[in-house]
Amino acid sequence: MDPLILSRMQFGANISFNILFPTITIALGWVLLFFKLRYNATNDSAWMRAYFTWVKVFALSFAMGVVSGVTMSFQFGTNWPGYMEKVGNIAGPLLAYEILTAFFLEAAFLGIMLFGFRRVSNRIHTLATVLVAGGTTLSAFWIIALNSWMQTPAGFEIRDGVAHAVDWWAIVFNPSMPYRLVHMLLASGLTVSFLIAGLSALRYLYGDRSESMWKALRTGVFTAAILIPIQIFAGDQHGLNTLEHQPQKIAAMEANWNTGPNVPLVLFALPDEAAKENRFEIAIPDGASLVLRHRTSGVVPGLNDYPGNHPPVFPIFWSFRIMVGTGLLMLAVSWSAAFFLKRRHSLPRPLAMLMVPMALSGWLATLAGWYTTEIGRQPWLVTGVLKTADAVGPVAGSHVALTLAIYLILYVLLLIAYLGVLVHLALKAAKDGDSSPLPGVMNAALSQPAAGE
Amino acid sequence: MTFDWPTLLPLIFAGLMGLAILIYVILDGFDLGIGILFAAAEDTERDTMVAAIGPFWDANETWLVLAVGLLLVAFPLAHGVILTALYIPVFVLLIGLILRGVAFDFRAKVPSGKKHRWNRIFFLGSVIASLAQGYMLGVYVLGLDVGPGGVAFGVLVALCLAAAYAAMGAAWVIYKTEGDLQKKAVRWLRTALVLTALGMAAVSLATPFASPRIFDKWFVFPAMLYLSPLPILSALLFLWLWRQTFHLPRPDDRHSLTPFLTLAAIFALGFAGLAWSFYPFVVPDRLTIWQAASAPESLAIILAGTVVVLPVIIFYSFYAYRVFGGKATDLTYD
Repeated sequence: MDPLILSRMQFGANISFNILFPTITIALGWVLLFFKLRYNATNDSAWMRAYFTWVKVFALSFAMGVVSGVTMSFQFGTNWPGYMEKVGNIAGPLLAYEILTAFFLEAAFLGIMLFGFRRVSNRIHTLATVLVAGGTTLSAFWIIALNSWMQTPAGFEIRDGVAHAVDWWAIVFNPSMPYRLVHMLLASGLTVSFLIAGLSALRYLYGDRSESMWKALRTGVFTAAILIPIQIFAGDQHGLNTLEHQPQKIAAMEANWNTGPNVPLVLFALPDEAAKENRFEIAIPDGASLVLRHRTSGVVPGLNDYPGNHPPVFPIFWSFRIMVGTGLLMLAVSWSAAFFLKRRHSLPRPLAMLMVPMALSGWLATLAGWYTTEIGRQPWLVTGVLKTADAVGPVAGSHVALTLAIYLILYVLLLIAYLGVLVHLALKAAKDGDSSPLPGVMNAALSQPAAGE
Repeated sequence: MTFDWPTLLPLIFAGLMGLAILIYVILDGFDLGIGILFAAAEDTERDTMVAAIGPFWDANETWLVLAVGLLLVAFPLAHGVILTALYIPVFVLLIGLILRGVAFDFRAKVPSGKKHRWNRIFFLGSVIASLAQGYMLGVYVLGLDVGPGGVAFGVLVALCLAAAYAAMGAAWVIYKTEGDLQKKAVRWLRTALVLTALGMAAVSLATPFASPRIFDKWFVFPAMLYLSPLPILSALLFLWLWRQTFHLPRPDDRHSLTPFLTLAAIFALGFAGLAWSFYPFVVPDRLTIWQAASAPESLAIILAGTVVVLPVIIFYSFYAYRVFGGKATDLTYD
């Protein structure tokens, strides 16, 4: 097989595996802080139990994120040497700031957050939680800045065939960056809310009625119910931003072959790129014009305006629909669960059983969304600056294929192990209920335990 | 050579990258070493050994990300050349680091019947990562030569580095534990030192034959004279540490950190020797640090951030080590 497509598959597999874990840690850090602050304010040990249950998930997710993140920092060089040669002057500083400010902040204080309960004062421990949560978010900020710059580059000039920075403010806050950052942070919040709600629902189904389960369940459900309408609005704004700056991506997302007014909103179709048409199309008349231009006669860009310069239609059309569909399902589930929790103070069994698989809905939507935007950037690696095909390295296809196969096997095994541990932790917590052991948090500075304690 | 920014910046970044690599090798060296020593430890000792590194390993491994990141951002051309030439060993290293990193958490969180499996994965990951690092170093020293000679030399360096990491791990266990495990670690240290010394002697003998360029750099007058303290001092430290292993542990646990510090000093000396062998090349004989460097304005903006952030990182790293100072206790990963 062609090294280009293999390299893309390998990088795609790695980055997909990697994004699963930051998506959890970014928001879970803040949820842990919320649990911690509630405990500080109420002295109710159920909050601390919820903290200790979820800090384990955080630690595990963080470790998975670190190891797959290290892999990525190497794969820039092994798979895409042309990338740094062409835009290294811009990508370099952004990555450097990510590593310097964020990664170290998380990594150094994670130790204190995980193991420091009895070693530092409660206040320092809370501060460590703040720094870890802030670090993960800052990390996301820099990475999204770089990714957005690749989508909508700004603030640079090409000298001697290499990109040079002109205006750093314009580079960091490039046109799509604020939208993408908000969309991703909300996605992380939703992923974590549904994960917490789903695993708490699993505990509920196993008969756990402990205070810590209720607290986690309510936190998950209510956060999800609040975030999902905001996310739908933010996603719509992001779409309009894409329409302005990357119209060919919108054309592919909507599978709209010809520019024009009164474009229907395609609900289902099998886009056929060779014939330039949709098969088995089910559509709402004027829908796309209405959504994108807010009037039925609005002109929506079509793929005919971008011959040979638009992304593949089928994968984008479908990944976008999977993301939106999952989002709508999230809306229905979180609002009905919120209704039952608020009004009836209970959770109907069928709803709880639906919430368990929905624990992973955030992952599905996030991946589908990233596929939409990243495949939607093709054939460019950096829009208008560098084509993906021009950045690939000289490594033999057989090497890439071999390593890709091993990575895939490893990732699948690790995912199974990860999910197995999550379920195991939830079931263990369900069995222990409110009698799970609780490490003491002392309000004393640097209480060093005696040797051998 | 004129000292303007375009000349100085690549030099500064080469220095920073060297520092990041050295810190990584010393800090993650003891983590990986403890993983290697898992093979020789009892089940109960394993928990204490992991507790001795648990709070630190995340931050330690991050120094590798910083080192590779600096290579990536400051010397993008070199990053591409080196990593595509070392494609397979890099892949092996990453697999090792992935297995080692996730095993920390999994071994404590899985049902107790499966813990054994993750202990084995922790050991395997550490060994694989150490060997891959040593192999890459060997191949890199020979100018990215992957012929039979280069591979053989790489294997030799790989074994030597794994032994050196095991010594670091043993020294860290001496510092962080007490009682029987500490005594055991002293014996591990002695064995690992012998293996490291054998390996280093073999590498030192092989290098001049394998790389005439490095030979010419070391064995000319008067450079030989300035450089002679490096090998002599390393050898003396080695001998001294070897003798210490017959007296440790001392009463009141005095000098429990000394073996680790001595080994760190040996690593730093060896690293300085390597740096001298390569300067001014970042890809041996192909790209100098100036040819491979990013544009000065980009380097300047990274430097501005680095100057502010690096002292903070070093400060809170010390803070973290202080918080978790003393002997490893019943700290668990669950």
